[in-house]
Amino acid sequence: MKKASLLMIIGPLFLLGLYVFPLWNIMLGAPQYPDPLGLNIHISGLQGANEFDIQNIDGLNHYIGMQTLPKPEDMWEFGTFPIIIGIMVAIGVLIGFLGYLGKVNYKWFIGWFTLMSIMGVLGMYDFNQWLVDYGTNLDPNAIMKLTNPDGTPMTYKPPLLGHVKMLNFDVTSMPASGGWLMFLGMTLTLTAGFLGWKNTKKQ
Amino acid sequence: MKIYNHLLMTMGAALMLVSCGQQNQNSTGALSSSAAEKVYVAPGEQDEFYAFLSGGYSGNLTVYGLPSGRMFKEIPVFSQFPTSGYGYSEETKPMLNTSHGFVPWDDAHHPDISQTNGELDGRWIFINGNNTPRIARINLSTFETEEIIEVPNSAGNHSSSFITENTEYVVAGTRFSVPIPQRDMPINEYKSNFKGSLSFISVDPEHGHMDLKFQLLMPGFNYDLSHPGRGKSHGWFFFTTYNTEEAHTLQEVNASQNDKDFIAAVNWKKIEEYVNNGGGTKMPANYAHNLYDEGTHTATTTMYKEVLTVDPLKVPGAVYFLPTPKSPHGCDVDPTGQYIIGNGKLSADLTVHSFDKMIAAIEGEKFDGEAYGIPILKFEDVLAGQVKSGGLGPLHTEFDGNGNAYTTFFISSEVVKWKLGTWEVIDRKPTYYSVGHLMIPGGNSRKPFGKYVVAMNKITKDRYLPTGPEMEHSAQIYDISGDKMELIYDFPTHGEPHYAAGIPAEILAPKSQKIYRLDENEHPYVVKTPTDAKVVRDGNEVHIYMSTIRSHFTPDNIEGVKVGDKVYFHITNHEQDFDVPHGFAMIGQNTSELLVMPGQTKTSLWEPKQVGVWPFYCTDFCSALHQEMQGYVRVSPANSDVELKWSLGE
Repeated sequence: MKKASLLMIIGPLFLLGLYVFPLWNIMLGAPQYPDPLGLNIHISGLQGANEFDIQNIDGLNHYIGMQTLPKPEDMWEFGTFPIIIGIMVAIGVLIGFLGYLGKVNYKWFIGWFTLMSIMGVLGMYDFNQWLVDYGTNLDPNAIMKLTNPDGTPMTYKPPLLGHVKMLNFDVTSMPASGGWLMFLGMTLTLTAGFLGWKNTKKQ
Repeated sequence: MKIYNHLLMTMGAALMLVSCGQQNQNSTGALSSSAAEKVYVAPGEQDEFYAFLSGGYSGNLTVYGLPSGRMFKEIPVFSQFPTSGYGYSEETKPMLNTSHGFVPWDDAHHPDISQTNGELDGRWIFINGNNTPRIARINLSTFETEEIIEVPNSAGNHSSSFITENTEYVVAGTRFSVPIPQRDMPINEYKSNFKGSLSFISVDPEHGHMDLKFQLLMPGFNYDLSHPGRGKSHGWFFFTTYNTEEAHTLQEVNASQNDKDFIAAVNWKKIEEYVNNGGGTKMPANYAHNLYDEGTHTATTTMYKEVLTVDPLKVPGAVYFLPTPKSPHGCDVDPTGQYIIGNGKLSADLTVHSFDKMIAAIEGEKFDGEAYGIPILKFEDVLAGQVKSGGLGPLHTEFDGNGNAYTTFFISSEVVKWKLGTWEVIDRKPTYYSVGHLMIPGGNSRKPFGKYVVAMNKITKDRYLPTGPEMEHSAQIYDISGDKMELIYDFPTHGEPHYAAGIPAEILAPKSQKIYRLDENEHPYVVKTPTDAKVVRDGNEVHIYMSTIRSHFTPDNIEGVKVGDKVYFHITNHEQDFDVPHGFAMIGQNTSELLVMPGQTKTSLWEPKQVGVWPFYCTDFCSALHQEMQGYVRVSPANSDVELKWSLGE
C-alpha cells in the first residue's frame, strides 16, 4: 500500500504542468503557410504557437466571418480551470498522504481518478461546445459565404481530436505537453488504485 | 603602343580559341549531366551560399543563390528604386543626400562582408559608390541599406570598400587624384599638385555606424584597388596604383609608360596610434552622413564640416611603395596574409610580394629611392615569385583556402588556377567573355569556402537569347572542389557586377528578419491601432495617418483636401505576418509607389493639381480581397471650405 500511496502522491502533481504547458494544440497549415499557424490552449487562456499567430488566425478568419479568438476575460473557463486543477491536485496529494498513513484505502484513489475523469469529460464537452460555436456562429455579413455541395452553409469547426481539411488549411488538433502530463499523472493514480486493490486482495 | 595593343588582342583571341578547343573535348554528355546535378536546386530546396553581386551602374546590390544562380533580391543602395519607394519615400530621400545635393544614382563596385578574426561574421555588407564617393552599409538581417557616408577629398571612390579583419575600418581609396582642398587651377598643373586620399572609416563594433577617422593624403597617383593584410599582416593595408606618371590627359597611353607602378603598403595601426595621440591636421570639408534608424524607419542627414588629414611623411615607417609591374589592377592578399598579389593588367605575369620579405627590407632599410618622400623598396627584395601564367591581362585573384589562387585574365578571357608558393599553373578554363572580377565565398578572408568560383564577365555576346543591342552581363560558376575547375553553369547578372561577396547560407539565413515589430515602431507618424488613424491639416500640408491590413486602408474616404496642398500619406502596415507587404499608389503622383513591410511606416507625398475625386489602391497583391483594397480622396478647389473628414465603412 505504501508504493500505491506514493504513486497517488506523485500522480496528481503531474497536473501542475498544466500551469506552464498547454493542454491542447491546434495547428493550421496551408500551402502559403509552410510554417503553420498554431494555437496553444492553456487552462488560463489561448496563446499563439508563435508570437503573432492569434492575430494572424483572426486576420484570416475574418474573411469567412468567424469570431476573433477569445481573450482570457472573455470565457469563464479560463478563470475557473486553474482553480479546479489546483483543488484537485491538493485533494489527490492529501488522499495519497492519508493512504500512506493507512487512514484511507484504495477506493479513495479510484474515487479521485473517477472524479477527475468526469471533470475531464465535462471539460472536453465544454471545449467542443466552444469549437462548435466558434466554427458555426458566423457573421452574416462575412466577405466569403461558402456553401457545401448540398447547398448548406459551410462551417469551420476545428476537430476536437485529429485532422480535418478545411478549405486550403490542414487543421490538426492534439493534446499538447500539459495534456500529456495530465494523462500520465492520471494513469499513475489509476495504477495506484490498482496496486492498492491487489494489495487488499492479498491480505 | 597601338601596335602592342593589337598584338595583345590577337594573342588573346588565339589563346581563347585554344582554350575553347580543350573545353569542347571535355564536354561529353556524362560531364554535362553531372554539371546539371551540381547546380540543380530542386523546387523547394535552398541554395548553399548567398552571393552578393554589385550592380555597377545600376547603383544597387543584387543577391543570388549559389550554385543555382537564382536571383533573390535587388537591394537598393545608391539608386532610387521605385519598386519599394527607396529614395522616393520621405523617409529614405535623405539616404541619397550628398554635398552636391540629392544624387539619385551611383556606380556600385566592391561589396565586402564584415569579419571577426578574419572570418565572415555576416553582420553587414559594405559597398562603395564610385562616382560621387560614398560608402554604404547594409544590414544583413533586414537586407536594407542603413547608412551611407560621403567621402570628401575623393573622386572615383574605387579602391573601396574593403574591411580590416575585425571590421575596425572600411577603407576607401581614391582613383582620381584631385586638388585637395578642391580649388580653381589649371588641369595641366596636376603633377605634384594633385593628391590622392586614402580614407579610413571606423566601424562601430556594436551598431556598425561609420565615422571618417582619418584621411591619408598620398602623392597624386591613381589608387586602383586595395585589400587588407590578415593574420600576420593584420594592421597593414595594400593599395595598387597606376598613373604614377601623374598624367592628366590621354591616360590610356600616358599612364602606361612606367614599367612599374607601385603597391602602396600602409601601416594603418601606426597611423591610428599617431591620430589617437593627437596627430594629423583638421581640414575644412563638407560631406554627408546619412543614417537610417530602424526604430523610426526614417533616415536623417548630418553634414560634417571637418576631416582629419594625415601627411604620410609625418608618420615615419607608416607607408612604403612596393614596385609592381604594368599598372597593377587587383591587389589581393592570400588567407595567411603572407602574399600580396599585384595583378599587372598590361602583362602576362602576376607579381607576388612577400610580407615577410617586405618587413625584412623595411628593417634593413634597403630602399630604392623615394617618391615624394615615401621610401620605395627594391623590387627584388620584396618579390616572392612571379606566376608565368601564359594568359593576358590579369585583373583579380581569389583563394580557396587550400593553397591555391584563382586569377581572372580579361584579355585572354579565362580563369587560371595556380599554386601559392610554387607559382605553378595547375589549370585554366575559358570564361564567356572577358572576365573582370571573380568570387569565392569568403575568398578574401582567412577562411575561404573553396567550393565554387563565380566569374563575372564584361561581355555577353551569344551566351543567351539576344535582346537587342543591350544585354545583361554574364557570369559563370565553376566547381573548384577537384584539381581541375569544371564549368557547371552560366547565368545573366543585373547591371554590371564589379566584384561580389559570398557567404554560406547557414550563417545568414537563420537571422534573416521576417517582419518589423509594430510595437517597436517609433515613426513620428505611426498609427498603432486603426482607431488612431486621422487626417491633420497644418497650413497647406495635410498629414494622413493611415493604417493597412488585409484588405483595407483606414481611412479609405478622405475629404477636405484642396488643390495646392501637400498631402503626406503616412502608411503603417499593421500585418505581423511574414511576407505580407501592402503597397500604395495615388493617381497622378509625381513619385513612385510605396511598398510597406509588416510593422513598417512609409510616407508618400502627393501634390494634387486637379479638382476631383481621385482613387488610391494597394499595389501588392496582398490577399484574396486585394482588388478591393482601394479608396478615394476628394480634392476641392483651393479656395473651397469643404470640411476635413475621413472615414472607413460609413
